[in-house]
Amino acid sequence: MTLSAVIPKHVEEALRTHRRGFLKSAGLLVVSFAVSAKNSAAAEPAGPYPDPDFRQLDSWIVIHENNTATFYVGKTDAGQGTGTGFRQLMSDELDIAFDKTTCVMGSTDITVDQGGSGGSTAMERDSWPMRRAAAEARRALLEMASGRLGAPVDQLAVSNALIQVKADPSKRVTYGELIAGKKFNVTLTGANVNAVTGAAKVKTVQELKYTGQSLERDDIPAKVDGSQKWVVGVKLPGMLHARNVKPPFAGAKLTGIDESSVRNLPGFIKVMSKGNYVAVVCEREEQAIGAARALKTTWEKPATAPFPASEDLFQHMRGAVPTSASDPIVMGDPDAAFSSAANVIEAEYEIPFQGHTSIAGAHAIADPSNGQMTVYSNDMKSYSMRTGVAAFLNMPRERVRVVYMQGPQCFGRSAAEDAACEAAWIAREIGRPVRMQWMRHEETAWDTKGPAFLVKTRGALDPAGRLVGYEYSARSCDYNHVGYNEHDTVLIAQLMGSRRAKPARGSSEVPSEVYAIPNRRMAGEVVSLPLIWETPLRTGNLRDPNGPQSTFAAESFIDELAAAAKTDPLEFRMNMLTASTADDAGFRRARSIAVLKAAAKAYGWDPRPSPKPLGKGNILIGRGIAYSFRGQTVVAQIAEVEVNRQTGHVWAKRLVCAHDCGLIVNPESLRRTVECATLHGLSRAIHEEVRFDTEKVTSVDWVSHPTLRHADVPERIDVVFVNGDPNPNRSDLRPFGAGEAALKPMLAAIANAIYDATGVRIRRVPFRDARVLAALKAANV
Amino acid sequence: MSNITIKVNGGTHTLNIDPATPLLYILRNDIGLEGPRFGCGLGQCGACTVIINGAAVRSCILPVSSVKGEITTLEGLSSNGKLHPLQQAWIDEQVPQCGFCQNGQIMTAKAMLDKVPHPSDAQIRESMNSTLCRCMTYYRIQAAIKRAAKAMA
Repeated sequence: MTLSAVIPKHVEEALRTHRRGFLKSAGLLVVSFAVSAKNSAAAEPAGPYPDPDFRQLDSWIVIHENNTATFYVGKTDAGQGTGTGFRQLMSDELDIAFDKTTCVMGSTDITVDQGGSGGSTAMERDSWPMRRAAAEARRALLEMASGRLGAPVDQLAVSNALIQVKADPSKRVTYGELIAGKKFNVTLTGANVNAVTGAAKVKTVQELKYTGQSLERDDIPAKVDGSQKWVVGVKLPGMLHARNVKPPFAGAKLTGIDESSVRNLPGFIKVMSKGNYVAVVCEREEQAIGAARALKTTWEKPATAPFPASEDLFQHMRGAVPTSASDPIVMGDPDAAFSSAANVIEAEYEIPFQGHTSIAGAHAIADPSNGQMTVYSNDMKSYSMRTGVAAFLNMPRERVRVVYMQGPQCFGRSAAEDAACEAAWIAREIGRPVRMQWMRHEETAWDTKGPAFLVKTRGALDPAGRLVGYEYSARSCDYNHVGYNEHDTVLIAQLMGSRRAKPARGSSEVPSEVYAIPNRRMAGEVVSLPLIWETPLRTGNLRDPNGPQSTFAAESFIDELAAAAKTDPLEFRMNMLTASTADDAGFRRARSIAVLKAAAKAYGWDPRPSPKPLGKGNILIGRGIAYSFRGQTVVAQIAEVEVNRQTGHVWAKRLVCAHDCGLIVNPESLRRTVECATLHGLSRAIHEEVRFDTEKVTSVDWVSHPTLRHADVPERIDVVFVNGDPNPNRSDLRPFGAGEAALKPMLAAIANAIYDATGVRIRRVPFRDARVLAALKAANV
Repeated sequence: MSNITIKVNGGTHTLNIDPATPLLYILRNDIGLEGPRFGCGLGQCGACTVIINGAAVRSCILPVSSVKGEITTLEGLSSNGKLHPLQQAWIDEQVPQCGFCQNGQIMTAKAMLDKVPHPSDAQIRESMNSTLCRCMTYYRIQAAIKRAAKAMA
């Protein structure tokens, strides 16, 4: 049997020069990594794999003989353009032409650990050490040039990786001539990777040249011409294919495996099983798929139902004893405000479990060659995957590495992590490289879920229609929320019997506006389902983990209050943002006002209370607005919808998003990300729900688990970028996160538009045709 | 197992294979093409789409023995190193996010434009409606199709 001793050539090439298509089009020679100052993985295939030292400048930047640079960053990019953005920022700080740079991301043995992706932190937090490292490299190069050219640094000019003596430009030296083939050997300081810095200062916003430009994303050409190398395409010598056999009932106990049902199938290698975990391994992919289907297994159902059916979920949540509760946030005297109110409004909102439901099943390839474990994965958190796989296999961390490659979108804690541990375990047991991939039904049923929410709200209006008292009280079904790459909570570990003494407590966040409401009380509780372990309803971070749920309730309710006050919903919000309070220094308030104004202007908002007078025709048209913060990024969404009175069908005809995330690194790349997050929010508003009976998840494919489609797409989407900073031209304008924020207010914006069109308030997500039609009929619309 | 010959992107391949094997696995695992991808294995999402006799076909549910005609994959769209106008439009509109589904989007759009060179918005929505994208790049896909249709006119 041949074991792969090195990363296969095509993968190696993809990793080293994955921006190759771009470099070629820029007329550049392909950088030869074999002769670079940095040790390539190819030169050290067998491990161990020590962590690249984030305090060494050489870990971040390599400058080549041909005066090009490669940036090594500890982030992953599943197509939101962060890699191109990092190149823009680092090219600016280094003073090198953007098209002479490339960026390597996310593989644990060659890039420093910046945590991969998550929390929309790419630009907000993680671009800073990159910028400071690039600025430090520029400083070090100027110092070297000073010695070489015999002139003090302050008499040198630098541009496009060329350093010249100001007084005599014929005295010049390129970065490549100064450093290629050598190391910087510059030690950076900083307590951790986020704090890493050299002696050099970063540039002011006004000095940045590439930052702020809509440069084309460098990953796109390979994704459209078919040359992209994906995890799913990795082929290793001797590689086998594995498929899981999941329990047919949640919480079921495996009582028997009849291996004779598959033993004679072509290509059959082995049935792998431990505890309730079962997988089949075959020579070829289609053989593994067939064998997993054919394998006869017997299971014992749990004594009690693992969960209520999805139609009874909220009833269960109402009656459950909370597993945890946050301390309420109290301002003013809400009880007094309610007792003296002119009008008290109450409402309750329901948001079901929603899944990641990636376009492809989770997958990973694991190679156990040479006593190491190399995992090829698209997981956005490759670094913690390395730690998790090592702990799961009880291997020294140094013997494990994760090679990050492209794959289907993760949007948080997806099942990519489960697939990696499964592939690694089977590979080690069998002693050959193994490719694991989940099938569609597994992915849709067993991927981690965004928690269901039940939210009760209460509002006190004074005689003038002002909101003087507000209560928000949420329950999330989020107990035992799984974290990233935890060796004891990945699904295979749970199925093998691993039980953490204390499950993660989960979270139930409160809304994130800055309305001036003098008296308020906000609190969140977490509740559990009966089955805690080995459940397909395990929760995990999904793009803005609590935000769409809490904001659906909060911003729907603000609309209900505006309607009760017979006030235009935009004006009602504005009144609460322009009112003076002591709880905000002004930064968030100013930016909230700016995005709401910008959205209203772009849409052409016509001030009037909702709902509008009911139309006569079959199609009812209305508009709704919602706004929220995620971190320091503030978003206002306006939706114009058509509601079909006969069918209940909702079409968002027009969407306007006003978005302030501070410094914009690449406007067109950001625009795409915001458009897609907006449409992801639309999909979650009108389609997505995890359905289950009292034994199993029943939404298992694209028919039983609908998603947004081409026909749902608005006629027009306007994304308006806003800089509402009180000092907009500040030289230290910071970038804030943008991967998730636009999604957050979408569910409420759609619900508010449906109300405006029909006068019917839908308080249960998603707004599928049947639900909307039933609500219209109940209201005689 | 039996010997089966298929034509792909101008080349001919003879393989000793189970004739019931879905075409997708042969394209990917035996011929080494990465354009068509596994998304659902049910013919519901379109990530595996190839073109056979002018029609967009879901290779994940097509037994290799049923293939009649030459197969074109995403890799076969460009000619003489020049991208197909759809591929160029995809770059000009900066369409993909993760890009995993874009094979199906581009190949389905190609089959549509070959039949209907100047599609209306409604025709685009209808023809593309069963090709799914979980990054939700639909808005830009539709813009890119219109851009390509103009470029090809």
